[in-house]
Amino acid sequence: MVKSVIRSAKPSLPGPEDIYRAVLSNGITVLARSNFNSPSISIGGYLPAGAIFESDEKLGLADFVAACLMRGTQTHSFDAIYNELESVGASMGFDSGVHNTSFGGRSLVEDLPLLLSLLSETMRTPTFPKPEVEKLRAQLLTGLAMRAQDTSDMAAMAFDRMLFDGHPYSRPGDGFVETIQSITRKDMQEFHCLHFGPRGMVIAIVGAIDPKKAVDAVSRFLGSWQVPGQVRAKEMPAHKPVKKTIRHHHTLAGKSQSDLVIGMVGPQRNSPEYMPASLGNSVLGQFGMMGRIGEVVREKSGLAYYASSSMGAGIGPGSWEVNAGVNPKNLKKAIDLIEKELRRFVKDGVTKKELSDSQANFIGRLPLSLESNGGVVSALLSIERYELGLDYYHRYADMVRTVTRGDVLETARKFIDPDRLVISTAGP
Amino acid sequence: MADQITQSVLKNGMKVMLKEIHTAPIISSWLWYRVGSKDEPTGKTGVSHWTEHMQFKGTKKFPSSMLDKAISREGGRWNAATSHDATRYYETMPADKIDLALQLEADRMTNSIYSEKEVASERTVIISEREGHENEPMFRLGEAVQQTAFHVHPYHHEIIGDMADLHTITRDDLYEHYRKYYVPNNAVLAIAGDFETKSMLKRVKELFGSIPQGATPPRLARPEPEPKGEVRLSVEGPGETTFIQFAYRFPNATHPDYIPLQVLDSLLGGASGLSYKTSRLYRALVDKEYAVDVSGWSESTIDPFLYRITITNHPKRKPEETIAALDKEIQKLQEVLVSKDEIVRAVKQARAVFSYSSENISNQAFWMGYVEMFASYEWFTTYLDKLAKVTPKDVQRVAQMYLQSNSRVIGTYIPKGRGA
Repeated sequence: MVKSVIRSAKPSLPGPEDIYRAVLSNGITVLARSNFNSPSISIGGYLPAGAIFESDEKLGLADFVAACLMRGTQTHSFDAIYNELESVGASMGFDSGVHNTSFGGRSLVEDLPLLLSLLSETMRTPTFPKPEVEKLRAQLLTGLAMRAQDTSDMAAMAFDRMLFDGHPYSRPGDGFVETIQSITRKDMQEFHCLHFGPRGMVIAIVGAIDPKKAVDAVSRFLGSWQVPGQVRAKEMPAHKPVKKTIRHHHTLAGKSQSDLVIGMVGPQRNSPEYMPASLGNSVLGQFGMMGRIGEVVREKSGLAYYASSSMGAGIGPGSWEVNAGVNPKNLKKAIDLIEKELRRFVKDGVTKKELSDSQANFIGRLPLSLESNGGVVSALLSIERYELGLDYYHRYADMVRTVTRGDVLETARKFIDPDRLVISTAGP
Repeated sequence: MADQITQSVLKNGMKVMLKEIHTAPIISSWLWYRVGSKDEPTGKTGVSHWTEHMQFKGTKKFPSSMLDKAISREGGRWNAATSHDATRYYETMPADKIDLALQLEADRMTNSIYSEKEVASERTVIISEREGHENEPMFRLGEAVQQTAFHVHPYHHEIIGDMADLHTITRDDLYEHYRKYYVPNNAVLAIAGDFETKSMLKRVKELFGSIPQGATPPRLARPEPEPKGEVRLSVEGPGETTFIQFAYRFPNATHPDYIPLQVLDSLLGGASGLSYKTSRLYRALVDKEYAVDVSGWSESTIDPFLYRITITNHPKRKPEETIAALDKEIQKLQEVLVSKDEIVRAVKQARAVFSYSSENISNQAFWMGYVEMFASYEWFTTYLDKLAKVTPKDVQRVAQMYLQSNSRVIGTYIPKGRGA
């Protein structure tokens, strides 16, 4: 049948020939790629103003600032900003992580100037109006009250705390009730003043526009931004290795399901170990119906609706973790099964068939992940953030294919020690 | 939305909808069955959703151990979902691999095994899925509101089913449900992507054309009587946050009032898929600090369902204050004509959301089959034009007719603290 269904579209992976990259004189890196298949446009990006700059006493400050940027500027009120966006069906938003504050948006292509103008304005001249700060504070505190009742959130939070003890990755980006209460408008203004600036900022634009015109548009709205005092981030401290398995249970009464997180530290995104670890992780807890973990915990034992593994590789070492939601009485059984799978994984590695299946999956799924403008924006930002090279997606298939069973086993053994796990649970 | 599609009905009654899109080497295939939680009598609630799970447990040709792996190996994405009115299965694949998905769907339309062992293992998986939902205050509240809004119509129960039935439904119940509803004359296959229509239709006929037609499955029809007045209820549980849900009875998707009600929904809660900070409810409730969040939500259904407004209450407000503030806003919509500009804005928002969705081939295939479950493809292609014809008076009329306090349910989740 395959021959009779004529294919006419060519696989079109982003590469040096169609990604336009430019660095503006103030340090902003712009990446752009055309897609004229629909009249819309997506933007995304980040600047180095993350939670890494917060003190323990003001935890949640970067998050609070990011949430406040669109609450009022020197020329627009909160309502006016959203009125401009929503009237044309556009959207825009900010979020913060440990390293960066990120942004994203989309609109019909004719509204790109509006999007960029508001992006520039909200990043450069936010006023943090007092009534808006207080409204937002109440919303953040309600968010924290809801988090305190969420088994998945509470298990994840304790997991990060134990895994990255003493490291910035141990802290929750949305802070705690007392830290959110202590943050003042002045703290926010100061944070903005010191950390928001063009140096280190990256923006990607994908959609129905000529890439050079996209770069010109960014230059028009953000090219004149200068912040001489923009503070650089300090070196990240090394994380302390876990010496023996640590367990923690967070009790939440009245819940019918418990959540568990079991894991360890994994590789960084740009390390050579990332690809073998990622393929190994696919076998462990992704491929098919959530890999080996899904097979034993869900399919064979019927213990959980979801049970899978994931890697949080980023600029620094991310977690490599298994997550599941189970009936409280099955918690121990599920943990035992997962530990057993981890032991098997580091003892025997993966089979030839398992590895080739996951390799085929990684290569085959690429066009799907790059289908939408938003998907391509994410891909371009990863290329820049992790210095993967503009030809990364052209080299990708070869990089996947050349990983051997030995590479996977070696990587698994380097990162996973079944006697030094962090096991965090939350539930009744 | 200038959509050229090919529609065809096979001799066995299966409807096929094909849309060529040559923007990326991808094909997305969606197989829809006209069966959902609306077809479940008391004692068998959740059987449609459970059947959907069982469809992943294998056939002789594609045993469960290789089914999911076969799709994943080719880089495909696949899943399924059950709604009130329909059950759908989809695969989005690299274009040259779509045949595997089509073979698989044709095979599991008739050859799924449903072993006792697999049923037993899936029972606990689904119970676990429900327990996960029950962890969420909003699920508990939403379930109570829905049960109160419908006493007779099977929209009364949650799609996942009542816990009692999840313990007692048997293998034979599931298999019988499967055989009754999974027949070609009860199915719609919608495929979009990088193919040539004539060849694709030929291949679909080869794979599905020989599956025998079955008896036309009946849809369960137990119309809900008109509400007799407002009902208020409360649900208690752990936590510190109060949630409120309003539920108004809304007409089905093909009712003429459905379109002006979509404009009303957009004005109240914002356009679907966009931020909603300038919507009437955000301005009246969140901006004025009655709520920390609010959302409006309706569904396109075969029978009349609900329009629900869900509020995360502000900690400094009593629920009654927030309810009164919302009532005031609804009253305003009933008494004061909205401006023409507001309607123009809602139409522009909808147009933008349609454009975003056309970036994605899976979405385009989804919409073809989705609308077929409650209307026809024309409903979709004429949607924006119909929306543009709505007048301020239409919006006022439907606000007066459907947002009546004497036909609604208001549920409140009352938090009993961390130790509850």
